Amino acid sequence: MYAQEVKSTGKGVKSLEEMEPQERAFQEKIDADIKIEPKEWMPEGYRKTLIRQISQHAHSEIVGQLPEGNWITRAPTLERKAILLAKVQDEAGHGLYLYCAAETLGISRDQMTEQLLSGKAKYSSIFNYPTLTWADIGAIGWLVDGAAIMNQVPLQRCSYGPYSRAMVRICKEESFHQRQGYDIMMKLVKGTTEQKEMAQDALNRWWQPSLMMFGPSDKDSVHSAQSMAWGIKQNTNDELRQKFVDQTVPQAEYLGLTVPDPDLRWNEEKGGYDFGEVDWSEFYEVLKGNGPCNAERMAARQKAWNDGAWFREGLMAHAKKREARKVAAE
Amino acid sequence: MSSEWPLWEVFIRGQHGLAHRHVGSLHAPDAEMAINNARDVYTRRNEGVSIWVVKAGDIAASAPGDKEPLFEPSNTKVYRHPTFFDIPDEVGHM
Ligand SMILES: [Fe+2]
Ligand SMILES: [Fe+2]
Repeated sequence: MYAQEVKSTGKGVKSLEEMEPQERAFQEKIDADIKIEPKEWMPEGYRKTLIRQISQHAHSEIVGQLPEGNWITRAPTLERKAILLAKVQDEAGHGLYLYCAAETLGISRDQMTEQLLSGKAKYSSIFNYPTLTWADIGAIGWLVDGAAIMNQVPLQRCSYGPYSRAMVRICKEESFHQRQGYDIMMKLVKGTTEQKEMAQDALNRWWQPSLMMFGPSDKDSVHSAQSMAWGIKQNTNDELRQKFVDQTVPQAEYLGLTVPDPDLRWNEEKGGYDFGEVDWSEFYEVLKGNGPCNAERMAARQKAWNDGAWFREGLMAHAKKREARKVAAE
Repeated sequence: MSSEWPLWEVFIRGQHGLAHRHVGSLHAPDAEMAINNARDVYTRRNEGVSIWVVKAGDIAASAPGDKEPLFEPSNTKVYRHPTFFDIPDEVGHM
């Protein structure tokens, strides 16, 4: 989801009998729900898959600040502005927790930044859509953070200790994000006809991209099995997408808004909603870099990195000078 | 991407009377900035009353391979636990 296309390097799931003693001991730990910690032995595939997944997740949190940041200066009231600022600051924090978790696997922060800025590393497709009106800020909190929570709650049980602990912190903070978004939507639908239309328009534009956040359909998701055996992933993409639809449709109904899907109907037998197929060609296009805002997002991150260089270097030079002075005085 | 800021491990005392607990890490050029950043990154919701930061490189840690030689021997010393000793009920609480 925040890591939608993590290619795992494991070659298909091995049985315990096929494993060398070291790998077998590792797998038995995972099967017994014992966390794997940074310096412990782990298969290279496990390490690589986690680095990809955690760094993609971190990049998503960081890039995810941009669409909402667009509205900080134009929030309708001072209170809404303070709330949005706090929410966006949380996302920066989430990115930082996750970068640190990835660093324990042997990749440096600069390497990860470089991978993001060169376009080598991915981030969630959702952040490549524009925020056209204030209602988009409501829809993002409600739907995008809602989908994020759906995915992040099971990740708290991930087999890798530092990732799992970062997710626990993140989940504690996320529910404020979703509620503030829904609160914006509730306000809008109680407003003028124009404001209600704005809310509907935002739902229309964010619904499909939100469903894409869970990643490709299970039948096209070739890497799930190994990630599940390693305890990196607990649910399949389609399971989580279904849960999200089932949770969100009644919330839309409460708002008096229409979910933009002609195929959406309650299926008594499965106890969930049936819904239309997601436009996967759009999803892959956005991942490839051809979404409405990919270029803008990348340019913003590159600018921030380049414009901040003098500051990062300056502080480092100052720290070194002070350190040298201290040593000389001793 | 030349001079990456060093990594600091962050410890927070959540409440008066509790020990500092490791909460995560961050990058900062020096200790002062590390504390400032730790406040923003790890205590946005009043999670702490005190912050320690330690350069990650300055921490000495036991290796995972040392687990058995380090911790295994204590398994045989069950007499270190109060439950090892049977005290008759008549003696009362001890
Ligand atoms: Fe987040
Ligand atoms: Fe969030």
